Amino acid sequence: MVDVHLKGIVKRFGKTIAVNGINLDIRDGEFIVLLGPSGCGKTTTLRVIAGLEKPDEGRVLFGDRDVTYLPPRERNVSMVFQSYAIWPHMKVYDNIAFPLKIKKFPKEEIDKRVKWAAELLQISELLDRYPHQLSGGQRQRVAVARAIVVEPDVLLMDEPLSNLDALLRVKMRSELKKLQRRIKVTTIYVTHDQVEAMTMGDRIAVMNKGKIQQVGRPDEIYLRPANVFVAGFVGTPQMNFFDATVEIKDDEIILDASDFKVRLPKDYLPVLQEYNGKTVIVGIRPEHIYPEGHAPTTAKKLSWVEGTVDFVEALGSDTILHLNTGSMILVVKISGSHRYEIGSKVKVALDLSNIHVFDKESQVSLLYKRQRGVQ
Amino acid sequence: MVESSIVRYYLRKLVIAALVIVVVVWVVTPFIISMLYAFSSKDDYYSPNIIIPIHYTIQHVKMLLDLGATQAIINSVIVAVITILLSFALGLPAGYAFAKFAFKGKDSLKLLIIGLRMFPILVIAVPLVTLYIRLGLNDTLLGVALAHTSMALPFVIIISSSIFAGVPKELEEAAMIFGLDRKGAFFRITMPLALPGLAAAAIFTFIMSWNEVFIASVLTLTHRTLPAFILTSAMAAPDFIKFAAGFIMILPAMIFVFIARKYLITMWGITLK
Repeated sequence: MVDVHLKGIVKRFGKTIAVNGINLDIRDGEFIVLLGPSGCGKTTTLRVIAGLEKPDEGRVLFGDRDVTYLPPRERNVSMVFQSYAIWPHMKVYDNIAFPLKIKKFPKEEIDKRVKWAAELLQISELLDRYPHQLSGGQRQRVAVARAIVVEPDVLLMDEPLSNLDALLRVKMRSELKKLQRRIKVTTIYVTHDQVEAMTMGDRIAVMNKGKIQQVGRPDEIYLRPANVFVAGFVGTPQMNFFDATVEIKDDEIILDASDFKVRLPKDYLPVLQEYNGKTVIVGIRPEHIYPEGHAPTTAKKLSWVEGTVDFVEALGSDTILHLNTGSMILVVKISGSHRYEIGSKVKVALDLSNIHVFDKESQVSLLYKRQRGVQ
Repeated sequence: MVESSIVRYYLRKLVIAALVIVVVVWVVTPFIISMLYAFSSKDDYYSPNIIIPIHYTIQHVKMLLDLGATQAIINSVIVAVITILLSFALGLPAGYAFAKFAFKGKDSLKLLIIGLRMFPILVIAVPLVTLYIRLGLNDTLLGVALAHTSMALPFVIIISSSIFAGVPKELEEAAMIFGLDRKGAFFRITMPLALPGLAAAAIFTFIMSWNEVFIASVLTLTHRTLPAFILTSAMAAPDFIKFAAGFIMILPAMIFVFIARKYLITMWGITLK
């Protein structure tokens, strides 16, 4: 168990920069998720921490031990690979025992630990089998058992659930999280699945193009995204974005979005003051737009917009409306099952206390910049 | 309609069966003929009325063995084993490097290695002999084995690189994370997994060396390998002796292929379950 610090990690492959200056402090016993689209550098970052890649710049610290130039085997890390990487020529028992055998543990200790790990992951009855006799989910468990049996300082997981079917994935999600809480190992978990990130991570580091976009608790990432990328990447359906011109007259702030105008409450004034007459990107999540009759009583500041129903996704638990307001589509999420005719007119309210405003150039959230100055 | 489709179905089967038979006969007939005549008695062989011999004898084979084929077989085995050891010792590391690392000029290097095989052996035979005389390698089994190694090496490199590439790199990386260095990961993880394919490559190399006649004849005088021995001795003898020689040549190759069959299939990436 150890805290991990990444200091200015840069990794290039030929001319492409996979990781471009990453700084991250991971606390002892924390479950941190590196979240991002494919090619964002999250797996490379993980491999740098594992020692499978040497960074071109920067340093990796485990506690105050500089491990940047140590080979993987001297770092006391464990890893669960996306493909599980269970050795096909060894039985399950030998797969799990292998790290202990290499580290020359006494035989009884090996046996004790293998059985402990197998029991923890409910694979005790599979110890005598070969990997090709196991299902995907069982292989996954073997890979995790092998990773925890050495009591690593840091546990690394590279999309460990992405090869499982949907039901099993949900089950393993909670199991892995519970397991991590039990053995309290510092865990770095790479995924492109935002639901996995939200449900498992103590904190999430959202990455894109080799850089960390935002680090925070899942609710912070969701409620106060730092920029357009984070806001768009986290949350399904995706956040609605539209351009709007800021008009400030006296104490009134109006966002002119060509199809409709939104009158913002006065508390946005300090943030938007300098944007008078300029264009900003406005973002609002589908669940923060309410059709007539569906607005929660707690939502006080609303702005009404009318549109035609373009498409309806009936998911059972939710109904997702695609609303054409003239030149753009607003996606609206209503919980529960509701019927809407395509082509019919619907009036919806934008919840102004959950609106996000981003700088058009830098794409940075103006509200995040002010650090909770406005709510 | 139904009737004609049935006719078509069986006609199709018939044509395919006929083609298969033609191919099998084409391949098997020489084997059968050489086996029959290798053991045919002299009289049966020369009798114009007998096509399939009635009386059999092991005398021809025995005579060949007594005349020096035994020593030639031993020489051939020694050469083949040295060839396998050398070409694997040199080829496997190269194959591994091609499979696991990206480096500049990888593709052109690979092409160059295959390109080595383009030179006809004839072209290098004379220079090789003069070189060997200078080095004192002429008429030695080591000399033949070295020449065979140079012929087998491109094959070993290319085949072993594809075998190593077939072992997922995560398996090695996992081994490195769980306590081994790259060398350890190679010997404990990659080698055991690559072994069936490598065994097949070894058998291929063995047969190549076993069959190679030209270089072996040019480079040796007294230490003949089996093909060279047969070429220089049996070819002047009566036909049934030639057939007996052919039989001695074929036998080990057939035994090896029979054993290796299973591995040969995995070598080309298809696993027999």
